[in-house]
Amino acid sequence: MKNFATPQGMNRRHFMSHLAGASAMAIPALTMGHTLRTHAQELKRNRKSAIMLWMSGGPSTMDIWDLKPGTNTGGEFRPISTSGDVQISEHMPMMAKQMHNAAIIRSMSTREADHGRGRYYMHTGYVPNPNVEHPSYGAVIAHETIDQRPELEIPPFVTVGGGSEGPGFLGMAWAPFAVNSNGQIRNLQVGMDERRLMQRMVALDLVEKGFISQNRGQAAQDHENILRKTLALMTSEQMKAFRVTEEPQEVQERYGMDNFGKGCLMARRLVEAGVPFIEVDLGGWDMHNDIFNTLSNQRLPVLDRAMSALFEDLEQRGLLEDTAIMWMGEFSRTPRINGTTGRDHWARSWSVVVGGAGMNGGIAVGKTNEDGTRVDTEPYTSQDVMASVCKSLGISLETTFTSRSGRPMKIANSGKVIKELFA
Amino acid sequence: MTGRLSSQLLALIASWLAFAPMAALSAPGGANDFGIPQVAKINEEIRKAWDAYQLKPSQEATESEWCRRVYLDIIGRIPSVDELQDFAKSRSATKKADLVAKLLYDDNYTEEYARNWTTVWTTVLIGRSGGTERNSLTNREGLQKYLRDCFARNKPYNEMVDELVTATGSNRPGEQNFNGAVNFLTMKVNEEKGTQATADTAKIFLGLQVQCTQCHNHPFNEWKQQKFWEFNAFFRQTRALRKVVPGTGEVESAELVDQDFGGEGGTPETAEIYYELRNGLLKAAYPVFVDDTEIGKSGYVSEVNRRDKLGELIQQSEYLDMCVANRYWSHFFGYGFTKPIDDMGPHNPASHPELLEYLGQQVREHSYNLKELIRWITLSEAYSLSSRVMKANEKDDPLLGETPKFTHFYLRQMQAEQLYESLLVATRAAETSGSYEQQERNKAQWLSQFVMAFGTDDGGESTTFNGTIPQALMMFNGELIQNATDAKNGSFLWNLANSNLKPQQQIDYLFQAGLARRPTKEEIGIANQLLIARATSGRDKKQPINPAAAKLAALQDVWWAILNSNEFIINH
Repeated sequence: MKNFATPQGMNRRHFMSHLAGASAMAIPALTMGHTLRTHAQELKRNRKSAIMLWMSGGPSTMDIWDLKPGTNTGGEFRPISTSGDVQISEHMPMMAKQMHNAAIIRSMSTREADHGRGRYYMHTGYVPNPNVEHPSYGAVIAHETIDQRPELEIPPFVTVGGGSEGPGFLGMAWAPFAVNSNGQIRNLQVGMDERRLMQRMVALDLVEKGFISQNRGQAAQDHENILRKTLALMTSEQMKAFRVTEEPQEVQERYGMDNFGKGCLMARRLVEAGVPFIEVDLGGWDMHNDIFNTLSNQRLPVLDRAMSALFEDLEQRGLLEDTAIMWMGEFSRTPRINGTTGRDHWARSWSVVVGGAGMNGGIAVGKTNEDGTRVDTEPYTSQDVMASVCKSLGISLETTFTSRSGRPMKIANSGKVIKELFA
Repeated sequence: MTGRLSSQLLALIASWLAFAPMAALSAPGGANDFGIPQVAKINEEIRKAWDAYQLKPSQEATESEWCRRVYLDIIGRIPSVDELQDFAKSRSATKKADLVAKLLYDDNYTEEYARNWTTVWTTVLIGRSGGTERNSLTNREGLQKYLRDCFARNKPYNEMVDELVTATGSNRPGEQNFNGAVNFLTMKVNEEKGTQATADTAKIFLGLQVQCTQCHNHPFNEWKQQKFWEFNAFFRQTRALRKVVPGTGEVESAELVDQDFGGEGGTPETAEIYYELRNGLLKAAYPVFVDDTEIGKSGYVSEVNRRDKLGELIQQSEYLDMCVANRYWSHFFGYGFTKPIDDMGPHNPASHPELLEYLGQQVREHSYNLKELIRWITLSEAYSLSSRVMKANEKDDPLLGETPKFTHFYLRQMQAEQLYESLLVATRAAETSGSYEQQERNKAQWLSQFVMAFGTDDGGESTTFNGTIPQALMMFNGELIQNATDAKNGSFLWNLANSNLKPQQQIDYLFQAGLARRPTKEEIGIANQLLIARATSGRDKKQPINPAAAKLAALQDVWWAILNSNEFIINH
């Protein structure tokens, strides 16, 4: 068994020469040519990335980012001061030292309080619609920034420990590449020598093209696109970015030895490798019971450690100014505490956190009322967050996509930029 | 290369080259209804929409394409070469109807039929990850045991639904009061006042999405939040009781029971529940079905068993009929009459409302025999059409956001389970593997790599087996494909290489086994090139290569390419 991605294996150019000779399965990178490569350094300077920390299940933002001590709804936690001009939960002490880098948007007000719908809405800026599948954050950002990185051989949209949402009408080529946080990619080991693999690819390509030529629909072509990407990935040195276990032990421990910690560390490595969008999933927020115990003993320590390490590392490496970080779930949880000391689904007034890529840190944008049941200032939506993140990455908000039916759709569903983040 | 080897190889190559594929089987023209009135009605209604939208249907699929389709859709795997040939040989005018009848009613296919529909319904009822999480109250094997029995005996659908909604007993096989049907609800009744049981029961069996109305009224239907909690009230006598392994905290099993419900106001005689309006006021609700039928308000099980009543009311509802007709249509065509299929109602009009209603009625009139529904659908003209798109119907593309008109067969990828079963059959691995339970466990373990559970109260999950890179990596390099393309003594390919078949027939066999068609001239040409490559690319060039070994290695290459192709993995 030989793993082409290891140094002992084939080098990629050599591998590709077989391919070129066989004239099968031309790899896009191969045809990129000289001119683009000469601009690589310049492009690298403009290279922007985004990391989404996705809190699957709907985190109670009143207990983390927008505390209401001393009210009926306030719960058990106390606020603490931070390095920014905001207070956050006492169970986020390490993040408190990074808040100068992050902004809390406290006036989120959305309508989707069902997991599936909320997930879709927060990932796409659109509510689910039976007639069109909208592309998610990762697909949009990868699609808009791929030109900045001609040398990227690994997928531009990676999701760690979760499924993210799909590429919608942008097509399977922009689908999330889902990996586990241990950094081992399943089935990457090639069980034969490279020449034989390439010869097989020639045969495969013949069957593949024959089927496509019969005009049976998009799925046939999508399949071939994925084959190409897979082949490029199997032979790429860049795959080592996934191997978090190669980091020094103390770095791994700083992020946390749990899956989310490893995922955040992997996100940093992938940003360094030039991947434009990484989503890291932390689940377990659907706390209908026993919420304060679960938060303080389970979720928040994990979140605090990894999220703060990520901000700290990116800042130290000078990458934070080019990397947007978002923290959000599909919605939040009821201000009212239910009979089993839990909180139920709630979308009307909640918080999202963003930072990096030139967005102002250390601030809270907007306000909720005294008991957190209402937004008192201008309400913001998923579209507005998305528009702001796009702006921070230098993506034009005039960008318009055309769905397969020919319907034009503005990026971020015409969301408005949240001014306070850029003032 | 030695001279002797070269001449042998040349002979072999010559024999492969001499082999030219035959023309595709010709399909009989015109829509056949096989004398079945339901098929005639489907054809008529589907054609009405073609006329209305000025669309023309594609030509019929080839017989072997159609054959591959029905095997995949009815029993969950592609046909073997023998099965394909049996079908091709038949000269009967009713050969299609005969094949469908065989897959549905012949004892030899009962187990595979039951296995396939157990898989389909397990995913519907508890998802791909249900029961796999630690300390789950769902016993996946228990549910599957129950479903397998239902489908093997072709239990009427309404009875199955009634059992799933009203079941009591233990969820674990082997326990005294085992009743696998409880596993639909065991995980859904304890938390959050049974809201998950409420949402899933309405969605899965009635095609009504009520979960959003739990917290607020729909802006256009003022009554909906009330409806949600009235429906929810049917589940409030029900609890799942945990049994733990002695000495540990681990859940061993769960028992679903109905207990007296005292009501949230403390009056069991009229056991009401309360829910909160958005303005903070509380309102009372009692069990009332979606069609406004009320039942007794008592919380005492001896006076009113609320789930039993719910089961009865569901059986009377025409939504039950339309929902299953829509679900099955979608299974066979990739799209139902509504999207999503389990969201029916005035706000989401059906693409073919009359046909949907008709099929629902027919299901009821035929005592909920789902095999009959399958027969009508698979023998319809729409199901027989080619997936090749023509100018005259290229607008009929649901990917463009159009409602489906079924003028051609829509491509769709095999499900992971279909791929797994297909490989077992294609490589005859099923003949040598272990017991049914062992096989199912192996399959479940393999499947788990493609399932991503979100860990939310609604059991949300996604699959990466939908044309992604991890799937392609698995097909390139995974163990399943390594086994399928293995060349060791006694393997599928070894047996083929050492069979009585002539060399060219061996290549033909692989194309039939994987793609249900013969190879093209170009494909045979590539097979020859692979043979030359295998005969000449040994590690030690001085050592002559055994032609038999070269041939076997070339067969491996061809088979690998077939299995990795779009044509293989896409149901067309």
